[in-house]
Amino acid sequence: MTDQPIKLLYFAWVRDRIGLAEESVAPPANVSDVAGLLTWLRGRGPRYEAALKNERVVRVAINQRFAGPGDAITPGDEIAVFPPVTGG
Amino acid sequence: MAVRVQAEDFDVGAEIDGVTRDRPSVGGVASFIGLVRDIAGGETIRSMTLEHYPGMTERMLADIEAEAHRRWPLDASLIVHRYGHLHPGDRIVLVVAASAHRQAAFDACQFLMDWLKTQAPFWKKEETPTDTRWVEARASDDAAAGRWRKN
Repeated sequence: MTDQPIKLLYFAWVRDRIGLAEESVAPPANVSDVAGLLTWLRGRGPRYEAALKNERVVRVAINQRFAGPGDAITPGDEIAVFPPVTGG
Repeated sequence: MAVRVQAEDFDVGAEIDGVTRDRPSVGGVASFIGLVRDIAGGETIRSMTLEHYPGMTERMLADIEAEAHRRWPLDASLIVHRYGHLHPGDRIVLVVAASAHRQAAFDACQFLMDWLKTQAPFWKKEETPTDTRWVEARASDDAAAGRWRKN
């Protein structure tokens, strides 16, 4: 990962628990996929830990497309983290 | 094909007229309208706030609609979904599917709703007399969407 940050967006109770709607982060070079990013975020503090503790529940989208744990993250990506959707 | 995400209410009759206008090949139109209920989990719902992910919402709805057009011979379709602060009885969502014959219209309408409920990035927060709470996703919605999955 280069110095170019990724843009993180949080929605619904993920946003409430973290206390932020969005932020720019520059994870270390060994953070290369969605699972790694979530693990790294959890280590940033209790609010992140509380929001992201349940890996089976939290959903991730990369550049507005649903992504799985093994999908690669790239500098400049817009990555959204949110609960299962409840529209309709 | 059209999708709209908006705070404003919609006029169901006018929207359906818009779908069928100048399309004399349409023989049947199926529609679904989702409303805010006044009770959930045994508790009174005073109001509801719907939030979404601008950009991804429109993209997912357009994808879902395109998939319906691949699966059924539709002449036209429409998805309108609201966001913001709503009250019991308010309209939340409208899905319209128009085809030469009724079966494609019925099936596509149901498919659009089932997929929308599990794939479009909307989140509901309910306000009861004493509390506010995020609505939890339902396993039955996943099951409803799952039956359209192709093997």
